Amino acid sequence: MKLITAVVKPHRLDEIKEALQAFGVHGLTVTEASGYGRQRGHTEVYRGAEYTVDLVPKIRIEVLVDDDDAEQLIEVVVKAARTGKIGDGKVWSVPVDTAVRVRTGERGPDAL
Amino acid sequence: MPPGITIAADAPELSAANTGFMLICSALVMLMTPGLAFFYGGMVRVKSTLNMLMMSFISLGIVTILWVLYGFSVAFGTDHGSLFGWEGDYVGLSGLGINQLWDGYTIPVYVFAVFQLMFAVITPALISGALADRVKFTAWALFIALWATIVYFPVAHWVWGTGGWAFELGVIDFAGGTAVHINAGAAALGVILVIGKRVGFKKDPMRPHSLPLVMLGAALLWFGWFGFNAGSWLGNDDGVGALMFVNTQVATAAAMLAWLLYEKLRHGACTTLGAASGAVAGLVAITPSGGSCSPLGAIAIGAIAGVLCAMAVGLKFRFGYDDSLDVVGVHLVGGIAGSILVGFFATGGGQSKAQGLFYGGGLDQLWKQLAGVGAVLAYSLIASAVLALLIDKTIGMRVSEDDEVAGIDQVEHAETAYDFSGAGGGRAPRTAAVPAPGADGADGADGADGGAQDTAQVQRNKKVDA
Repeated sequence: MKLITAVVKPHRLDEIKEALQAFGVHGLTVTEASGYGRQRGHTEVYRGAEYTVDLVPKIRIEVLVDDDDAEQLIEVVVKAARTGKIGDGKVWSVPVDTAVRVRTGERGPDAL
Repeated sequence: MPPGITIAADAPELSAANTGFMLICSALVMLMTPGLAFFYGGMVRVKSTLNMLMMSFISLGIVTILWVLYGFSVAFGTDHGSLFGWEGDYVGLSGLGINQLWDGYTIPVYVFAVFQLMFAVITPALISGALADRVKFTAWALFIALWATIVYFPVAHWVWGTGGWAFELGVIDFAGGTAVHINAGAAALGVILVIGKRVGFKKDPMRPHSLPLVMLGAALLWFGWFGFNAGSWLGNDDGVGALMFVNTQVATAAAMLAWLLYEKLRHGACTTLGAASGAVAGLVAITPSGGSCSPLGAIAIGAIAGVLCAMAVGLKFRFGYDDSLDVVGVHLVGGIAGSILVGFFATGGGQSKAQGLFYGGGLDQLWKQLAGVGAVLAYSLIASAVLALLIDKTIGMRVSEDDEVAGIDQVEHAETAYDFSGAGGGRAPRTAAVPAPGADGADGADGADGGAQDTAQVQRNKKVDA
């Protein structure tokens, strides 16, 4: 199993959700996040005093998938998240040892 | 205040229309103080919102009482040496009949006293914006009482009281450019030179925590200012009050646009804070001059003041004095601009017969204005600094550094403005003892939040138990 994590622009959430549903993903977790990449935030001006705001709002999406689906799913997420502008975010995957469905106790791929 | 309209032969009679108008104007001016509280309250960080609101609100308590006890007598009683007044009947407002008219006007003395009271209330409140985040509330309360007594009441007499030196000289200050705005702005400068900068000034970001609150405050100020300005003719018999109303509106609009234009050119964006600040700068600038200039003159005065104040608010970073919310940049600079511009724009057809430089009056009015500006500025600056020094050496002016970092709301008022504990699903109940204010040391900011939630949680638990 793999855990796919995507940190993306908040307004892409709907597109990504729809793309994941179309792909056949049953569940996901969404968290509000903040951070910066190469774009390093933005500047705000208050009575002429400029403040650099480093951390910009992001959405963090997490999905557990079978190893076989991981690569394809990453592509799906990247395609749905991309706007072509700076700050589009990142997607990565890590291996997962165990997953358990709490209600039934099913383990591994059955729990997805 | 306008010079007395004396209607020869016939003594003036009480006018129901003017009295009603002035009572409404007084209520409008009262609203400016809570408006100011919101204007300032939105501009500070979350942790000092309540303190900022309270610093204005407390003036409604303290100055009201002092005004009735002796303030009105000092400001508008019989003149003594052109410096202050005193009138036994005004003490405690006790010797007045309810039908007794104010000197040559058609409104009762009570109405005049209460209208002027609202000016006395807002002026010290204006100073508080420069002192955000760092002044003990008791020290501030004491400062207000002393400052009103030693600075505001006498200066109001100079400028508006019959026999006051500026009044007799012919300084034009229709509704408070010198007595209110220069007075408060100079006092703010005097106090901050004594008490020093906020912890983290120029290093930590100190962004306004709620611009909607700032906008609400600015809107209330703008609204209340119609009473402030249009009411200052003390009636509505001859159109000067209406001229003042028009000029108040157009100068404020012009100043807001000028500030935004300056911002757009200089910083690339028209900001909300800029719009609110520009409006206030215009209101300040038109206050002394609006009874004397034409609406076109008011547009010019507003636009000039808008740009000047927008430029002036950056001075604190250059010179290193921490005027937290730009009382100097907006009220002192705006007040000076408006007071001096009277010397250029007075048409001779309004409140005063005096004409400014642009209307053939030469330099005569201009130097009088400069004299008024200089004297009030110097007196207020020095007296306020001395008062602050006095309080600082006795009960202490500032909260401790730890308390300042933790947030003055909790330390001085045992409250916090907002409960954020609901965000993120809330926390498990924590019933540990509430930490003593400031006990968190360098970890203050985090400690304050934890403490606030603890307090709230303890209170909620108590409720359930009950």
